[in-house]
Amino acid sequence: MSHVLLAIDTATSAVTAAVHDGTRVLASESVPDARRHAETLTPTIDSVMAHAGLSPRDLDAVAVGVGPGPFTGLRVGIVTATTLGLALGIPVHAVCSLDAIAHEIASRGEHGEFLVATDARRKEVYWARYTVRAGGVARLGDPAVSTPAALDPAVRALPTAGRGPLLYPADFGVVVPVTDVDAGALAGLVVHRLEHGGELLPPTPLYLRQPDAQPSAAQKSVLS
Amino acid sequence: MATDGPLVLGIESSCDETGVSFVRGTTLLADAVASSVQEHARFGGVVPEVASRAHLEAMIPTIERACADAGSRLSDVDAVAVTSGPGLAGALMVGVAAAKAVAWALGKPLYGVNHLCAHVCADVLDHGPLPEPTVALLVSGGHTNLLLVRDIADDVQSLGATVDDAAGEAFDKVARLLGLPYPGGPSIDQAAAQGDPRAIAFPRGLTARKDLERHRFDFSFSGLKTAVVRWVQERERAGEPIPVADVAASFNEAVADVLTRKAIDACREHGIHDLQIGGGVTANSRLRELAEQRCADAGISLRVPRVRLCTDNGAMVAALGAQIVARGHAPSSFALPADSSMPVELVQAR
Repeated sequence: MSHVLLAIDTATSAVTAAVHDGTRVLASESVPDARRHAETLTPTIDSVMAHAGLSPRDLDAVAVGVGPGPFTGLRVGIVTATTLGLALGIPVHAVCSLDAIAHEIASRGEHGEFLVATDARRKEVYWARYTVRAGGVARLGDPAVSTPAALDPAVRALPTAGRGPLLYPADFGVVVPVTDVDAGALAGLVVHRLEHGGELLPPTPLYLRQPDAQPSAAQKSVLS
Repeated sequence: MATDGPLVLGIESSCDETGVSFVRGTTLLADAVASSVQEHARFGGVVPEVASRAHLEAMIPTIERACADAGSRLSDVDAVAVTSGPGLAGALMVGVAAAKAVAWALGKPLYGVNHLCAHVCADVLDHGPLPEPTVALLVSGGHTNLLLVRDIADDVQSLGATVDDAAGEAFDKVARLLGLPYPGGPSIDQAAAQGDPRAIAFPRGLTARKDLERHRFDFSFSGLKTAVVRWVQERERAGEPIPVADVAASFNEAVADVLTRKAIDACREHGIHDLQIGGGVTANSRLRELAEQRCADAGISLRVPRVRLCTDNGAMVAALGAQIVARGHAPSSFALPADSSMPVELVQAR
């Protein structure tokens, strides 16, 4: 019996969706549009499902990347996943979006340590370090956000995937040519973790930053 | 319980309220609202990122609550309506994405509707079909609009709007000045109850003869706010106590006066005998009182829904969705954007 999974991610500059049957990716599509996640995501889901010849009722689960990523786009993917789960009565499995990029790199046969650094805007990157071990890829520590220059030089010198090294070439080492999350890889990662164990998260965003807001001063601020 | 017409799910997330409702025809079956207003209180106003985060957290529980209240399952829904604008972009996107997901998953049509038109439409749930044409006055924390509504699903025209602050914003700012809690509307209204509305003659924005040529139906509250600040500062400098109740009552009076005066003028100008008022500021007791009095004097019939339907909610969105479905209009596409500056004339976004 196949287990049909719809995977989506909006944590990087691509709006991406894929359908996976538990064995392989049936259809996958990525739209490189960092500013129109809300418009693009559902049509992209609709398109991959049509390519796979499936209807929403055929889905057994939804997988979603929960970031870290720019907030507005990130929320679009997460609320879409949770609402699909509710409407269809199916589970929602969540993973760190950077792990999906790492999984894609590992499945290409890379080995050793590497870095994933994605665009966090405001001259910062979301980043995490990985190592490929027998049987898979492991993240070394929690994902973080900082300026590229604030990373340990030894860490920055690692081969690096994501848009970080494209945006800040002077700060990073060898570029690994995987720039955004691919939902097919994310689906593969979730299937792997469902079968072999591994971290599945609740579908809530990894913001890593507090909202920018200052409590209001008293009175006089009104005229200033 | 209403059995006629399609069951419409309405989702609202344009500002600080996550609203999810079920409406059939003009019957409200469930109205679930989660508000993040208390989270904004220490900032003295709505913080967009705080609001967006709250929408995401509240969306699924609020949908579930609406289902439970309506005794319906999501799969019973015949159509999905959602606020697609105007409002805070990041906040709108949460509701728009959720609505698309429901519609796509269930294979139901999606309708992206205008938040301002939805406010006008809310009253069908309390008082039945709108008298059309009607003049509508919409006053909230984010909007101050005077509209000519010939057909709520098809023909809404803007007569005027605020040129600076929304009326509700002015309440928040003046409340802060007077040391009254956020949100300012209820605080000022409460304080005003003990005050004299004629104590201080605060200015009525855009009512001078020269302004009436170009801005007859527009509003301005920025000058009023500044006038209140100046008045209070002068007293402070002179070492005199601030008569908070009188300031609140006089400010309240200035806002209610200009809102109702222009609304009635618009009715007269267009030969319309119906006025509809909506939006959160409608909770203001002086605005309601003065509108009733002036409408009665002018032979205009006034409709104001209960307060719960005046503030942001999913019910008004579902109500407008039901009107659009009843007209047989084509649904919006799944590429529907969140449009933070959606013009009021656009009742439904495609």
